[in-house]
Amino acid sequence: MSAPLLEVRDLTKRFGGLLANDSVSFSLEAGEILGLIGPNGAGKTTLFNSVAGFFAPTSGSILLDGTQVAGLAPERMAARGVARTFQIVRIFRSMTVLENAMVGAMLRSKARSAAESAAREVLAFAGLAARAGDPASILTVAEQKRLEIARALAAGPRLLLLDETMAGLTPGEVQEAVGLVRRIRARGITCVIIEHVMEGVMPLVDRLLVLENGRKIADGAPAAVAADPAVISAYLGEDVDAAGP
Amino acid sequence: MIRRLLPLATAALFALALPLLVSRPDAQNTAILMLMTAQLGVAWNILGGYAGQVSLGHAAFFGCGGYVSTFLFLQHGVSPWLGMIAGALAAAALSLVVGWPCFRLRGHYFAMATIAVGEIVQALVTNWEALGGAVGLSLPVTESGWRGMVFNQSKLPYYYLALGLLALSLLVNHGVARSYLGYYFRAIKDEPDAARSLGIGLTRYKLAAIALSSALTAAGGTLYAQKELFIDPGSVLATGLSIKISLAAILGGVGTLFGPVVGAVVLTAIEEASRRWFGGSGRGTDLVVYGLLIVGIAVFRPEGIAGLVRRARSRAGAAA
Repeated sequence: MSAPLLEVRDLTKRFGGLLANDSVSFSLEAGEILGLIGPNGAGKTTLFNSVAGFFAPTSGSILLDGTQVAGLAPERMAARGVARTFQIVRIFRSMTVLENAMVGAMLRSKARSAAESAAREVLAFAGLAARAGDPASILTVAEQKRLEIARALAAGPRLLLLDETMAGLTPGEVQEAVGLVRRIRARGITCVIIEHVMEGVMPLVDRLLVLENGRKIADGAPAAVAADPAVISAYLGEDVDAAGP
Repeated sequence: MIRRLLPLATAALFALALPLLVSRPDAQNTAILMLMTAQLGVAWNILGGYAGQVSLGHAAFFGCGGYVSTFLFLQHGVSPWLGMIAGALAAAALSLVVGWPCFRLRGHYFAMATIAVGEIVQALVTNWEALGGAVGLSLPVTESGWRGMVFNQSKLPYYYLALGLLALSLLVNHGVARSYLGYYFRAIKDEPDAARSLGIGLTRYKLAAIALSSALTAAGGTLYAQKELFIDPGSVLATGLSIKISLAAILGGVGTLFGPVVGAVVLTAIEEASRRWFGGSGRGTDLVVYGLLIVGIAVFRPEGIAGLVRRARSRAGAAA
């Protein structure tokens, strides 16, 4: 049996007195779409940052294809096929849309012409072909988020980490984003998505992982997780009377 | 294509023919200063403009070029042409040594660290007997000619040397901007974390930028030494020179190919004019002018003169 694409074991990340991730474990098979949800401050983005190499975990291990990668720098993780987007979009504002995607493509091919054709392909895939020549700074929020996804795809990842790509979108745009993630999976790319927009997450993901206060409280099929009392109490708070003396 | 090349060809032709139109030695000297400042601004722009790492210590690399070629000539009779290459390589090596720790700092902190580096190099050389200490080094007035890169009769050859070096620097700049390096430098400047997530190692590419930038700056330093036949820490290692180099690029427009050239021409013209008006009593007025320019750019036009031109063009385009 082959190793899962990503396996996180007892991952702990501490910032001084704050325990942002508390021995979180999960694994991810190639081709899966995993949803990562939880209240604000649950440690979702911290987990992303550890997997993408931006944070070195305090303890625990991160295995990519069975190889230990915990603590590798983000640029090394990118070279190993882990790409990400950011909660607050970080597009290259002084560049055009095409140039943004080209920077991603240059991870696989340093030659300009090859990078350009790869970039045009992902822009078309993300529905931004018509915007290729525009300055990235004039895009709408929804387009900027799609550009970040296109740029990450241009880097040719196996694992794509999407951090709140649906936040702030209109219902129509959320549906487009859901379609885009499905098509990304169809390209053979495994996705982990952090999302608060439930109507975007529930129909999309194969599995949901719920964090609360840095700890994993549920992991399973979306419907089962949504019915889990621990998850409901995490989101809605405990019943005051039941918790009282 | 032709619309882009025509102004360039006109400018090149004008630059080549200028000494024939202007024969007064002082005017020719001003033109040489403009070209040399422009070349330094273009070199600085690779690091400060494209990669966004503002260095206020480039005099260290400029001085490195001047001192290495002059020292090699005085001690070992090495041709200044080879000395120029040796100086460029030495400056690149120096830049890697200082860049390694300094690039751990971001933004203003990096700029401040480069000031410290410039001051340290100046203090070191001032106390370094083999390099002439505070007295400096003089090159002998030997036979005039291209082989020794020394010209006594007319300053004209220095004009063409400076023009050639500027052209070379522009070519390097253009090549870098079009290659993946240029894209990576701009990505680092815009969003360093996003750049890392796309496989761009920040320190690695910042070091590439500073090595290229410092090597070209050092070549300018060798040319300066050959033109003046005298260098000392005050003239080639001063922080004021570092500021002037960065100001040429910032005034003209950082991250653009010709911005630093425009900036250098304007800056040198202002400087020469103030020198003429105020004469010997005006020592330091150029510093006042620098200060005013920095304030003016910061307040009114952070994109520099190139931004002004671009804005006028897009306005003209919108009107048409």
